[in-house]
Amino acid sequence: MTTKIYIPRDSAAVAVGADEVAQMLGQACAERGLPVQIVRTGSRGLYWLEPMVEVETAEGRIAYGPVSADELDDLLNSDFLNGGSHTLRLGRPEDIPFLKRQNRLTFARCGIVDPLSLDDYRTHGGYRGLEQALALQPAAIVEAVTQSGLRGRGGAGFPTGIKWKTVLDTPGPQKYIVCNADEGDSGTFADRMIMEGDPFILIEGMTIAGIATGATEGTIYIRSEYPAAVAAMEAAIAVARSSGYLGAHVSGSSYGFDIQVQVGAGAYVCGEETSLLESLEGKRGQVRAKPPLPAHQGLFGKPTVINNVLSLAAVPTILAEGAAYYRDFGMGRSRGTMPIQLAGNIRRSGLFETAFGVTLGELVDDIGGGTASGRPVRAAQVGGPLGAYFPRDLFDTPFDYEAFAARDGLIGHGGVVVFDDTVDMLKQARFAMEFCSIESCGKCTPCRIGSTRGVEVLDRIARGQGVAAGIDLIEDLCQTLKFGSLCALGGFTPYPVMSALRFFPEDFVARVPLAAA
Amino acid sequence: MPFEIWEEARAREIIAAHATESGSTLRILHALQEAFGFIPEAAIPLIAEALNLSRAEIHGVVTFYHDFRRELPGRHVLKLCRAEACQSMGGDALGARARAKLGVNWGETTRDGRVTLDAVFCLGLCATAPSAMINNRLVGRLTQSRLDALIEQAQ
Ligand SMILES: Cc1cc2nc3c(=O)[nH]c(=O)nc-3n(C[C@H](O)[C@H](O)[C@H](O)COP(=O)(O)O)c2cc1C
Ligand code: SF4
Ligand code: FES
Repeated sequence: MTTKIYIPRDSAAVAVGADEVAQMLGQACAERGLPVQIVRTGSRGLYWLEPMVEVETAEGRIAYGPVSADELDDLLNSDFLNGGSHTLRLGRPEDIPFLKRQNRLTFARCGIVDPLSLDDYRTHGGYRGLEQALALQPAAIVEAVTQSGLRGRGGAGFPTGIKWKTVLDTPGPQKYIVCNADEGDSGTFADRMIMEGDPFILIEGMTIAGIATGATEGTIYIRSEYPAAVAAMEAAIAVARSSGYLGAHVSGSSYGFDIQVQVGAGAYVCGEETSLLESLEGKRGQVRAKPPLPAHQGLFGKPTVINNVLSLAAVPTILAEGAAYYRDFGMGRSRGTMPIQLAGNIRRSGLFETAFGVTLGELVDDIGGGTASGRPVRAAQVGGPLGAYFPRDLFDTPFDYEAFAARDGLIGHGGVVVFDDTVDMLKQARFAMEFCSIESCGKCTPCRIGSTRGVEVLDRIARGQGVAAGIDLIEDLCQTLKFGSLCALGGFTPYPVMSALRFFPEDFVARVPLAAA
Repeated sequence: MPFEIWEEARAREIIAAHATESGSTLRILHALQEAFGFIPEAAIPLIAEALNLSRAEIHGVVTFYHDFRRELPGRHVLKLCRAEACQSMGGDALGARARAKLGVNWGETTRDGRVTLDAVFCLGLCATAPSAMINNRLVGRLTQSRLDALIEQAQ
C-alpha cells in the first residue's frame, strides 16, 4: 500500500531544507522499493521543528522533526513510514502542546491540505462561507461581518464591517477589492503562510467581500520578497477560475468577480493603504492625504475596500459558522482570533492563532519557551518596526488592541520579536530611526530629515558626546515626528525609540563606537 | 545569473507585452530587470513613450523603489536580512562579516563583479532567523560557517 508523506513547501521550511528532504526521501524510498506519495503542503507553523515531515499511519498522521536529509536513512531504518519510534518522532501533530493550545480558525487547513487542491479545500470546509453569502443580500453579509467584531489585522484595527458598509453605500459602476499582502513588518509571516499554504481561503474571502460591496474586481498586492506566495496565489486563482469560483458567474450565481496579482518592489511604505493604491496605479508609492477615504475614492478614484490578508481570510469562517461563533472568541473590543507570530530569539518560534486576551508573558515564556539562546529574555518588540519594545515588567499586557495602546504600544499585524539580554537598546532605537529614514516616502520633513538627524544624535550619545542633551533632542524629535507626520511610518517611529529610552535608560550611555550596521 | 545584453528592440517587445494593463509601470520595470538585470537609462524614454507619461515620471518611479537597480549586479546576488527578528539572532554580526569578506558595503558589487551584497528588511522567515537569499534561493538559520560557504560557492 502506498504511504502518504506530507512535507511543507512553505518558504521558511524550504529555507531550512524541506526541498532536499522531499527529494532525498523520494529517492531513498524508490531505492528501497517502498511505495510512497509525497504531498507538499503549507507549514503547520511549528517552525522550530521544520522541516517537519508527517506520515499517514493507522493512528493518523505522525510527525517527525526537525528532519535533515542525512537522517533519512536512519528514519527509514526505524520504520518511520509506519510511525516507528525515533528521537525525532513528535507524535500526532494535534497533540503537540503548541498546536493543541491554539484556536485555529483561519489556519485550520494550513499545513494539512495540498494548497492547490480545490478538493482538499472543500473537503476541509472550504467554500461553505461563500455558499452562505450567496444566500444573503449584500447588506446582510456586511452586517454579519460587522456583528462578528472583526477588526483589520493589518495594523490599524479598524472595524472591517464598517469599512465594507461605506463601500456598499457608495454608488459607483466600478468598485474594487484590494488585498494588502505587503507584509513588511519584521517578525510577521502569517500572510505569507496563508498565501502559500491555503490560498483558496483568501480567494473565498475576497469573493465574499466583492459580493457584499458590489465590487467585481480584486487585486492582491504582494511584496516582491514573497515569490512563492505570488506563484501559489496565481496558480490557485487559475484553478478557481477554471472551476467557476471566479469569473462572470461566481459559483453559477449572477455575481461576477475576478482577481489579479500585482507585485510590489521593495518599499515598506507601500503597505500603507494609500501608498499601496498609488503603487498599484504604477506611480511612486507616496502616501495620499485622507480624506478622501479609499472607500470613497480608492484605486483609480473608485470606491475601494482595502483589507489585510488575515482580515479577508477570517471572513469565510464568519459566514460559514456565523458572526456569533467568531465573536465569542476574544476579549473587550478585540473579538475573534489573532494569528500571532512568535519570532526572533525564541525557542518555540511559529504561528500561534488564539483568541485575543492571552498575555505577552504567556506567549513568550509558556508557549514560546523563552529565548532560543537560553539566555534571559530582556525585551519583546510587538507589532513590527513601528511597535514598542516591552520589558518583562509589561509582560502581563493582554493581547488586545486597547490594552497595548494603553501602554503606548500596538499589536499591529501580530508579530512578537524576542530579544535576549545581549540586546543593545540604543542600537535598536537607532535602527528604528534609520529604518524610518530609509523607508520614508519623502512627503513630510520630520520623517524624511528628522529620522536621519535621530540616527546622528543617537550616534553622538553612543560616543559620549553630550548624553543628557542628546536624550532631550531625541524626545523633541519624537514629538515632532508624532505630530508632524502624515502616516504611521513617521508617526509611530517614536514608539520603538521612546520605549527603548523609557524602559532601558541604562543603555543610553557612551560605549565603544557603534559599528555602522 | 546570466542576463540578456541590452537591445532596444528587445526592450520594446517586453514593454509592449506588459503595457496593456492599467498601472503597468511596475510590471514593465520588473520584466525589464528580469531580462537585463537592471533598468538601463535608455529604457526610460521607451517606457514613457509606451505609457504616454513623461520621462521624469518614469524616472521617479524607478528611483522610488528599492528593488530597481540602475546598474548591472554581480554574477551572484546575496541578500541579507537586516530587520529586527534577524538582529535578535545575530544578524548584525553576519552582515558585518559579509561586508568584510566581500570588501563592499550594502548595495555594492565586488570589484571582480562576482557578488552584489544587498540589505533586505524581512524575508518573512523570522521564525527561522537569521535569513538570507542567494540568487533566488532562501536560506534560514544562517550561521557564520554557512555564510562563509555561500560566499565561497558564489564564484
Ligand atoms: C508604514 C505602514 C505600513 C503598513 N504596512 C501594512 C502591511 O504590510 N500590510 C497591511 O495589511 N497593512 C499595512 N499597513 C496598514 C494599512 O495602511 C491599512 O490600515 C490596512 O491595509 C487596512 O486593512 P485592514 O483594515 O484589513 O487591516 C501599514 C501602514 C503603514 C502606515
Ligand atoms: S510620515 Fe513619512 S512615510 Fe508617512 S507620509 Fe510622511 S514622509 Fe511619507
Ligand atoms: S526579520 Fe529577517 S526574515 Fe523577517
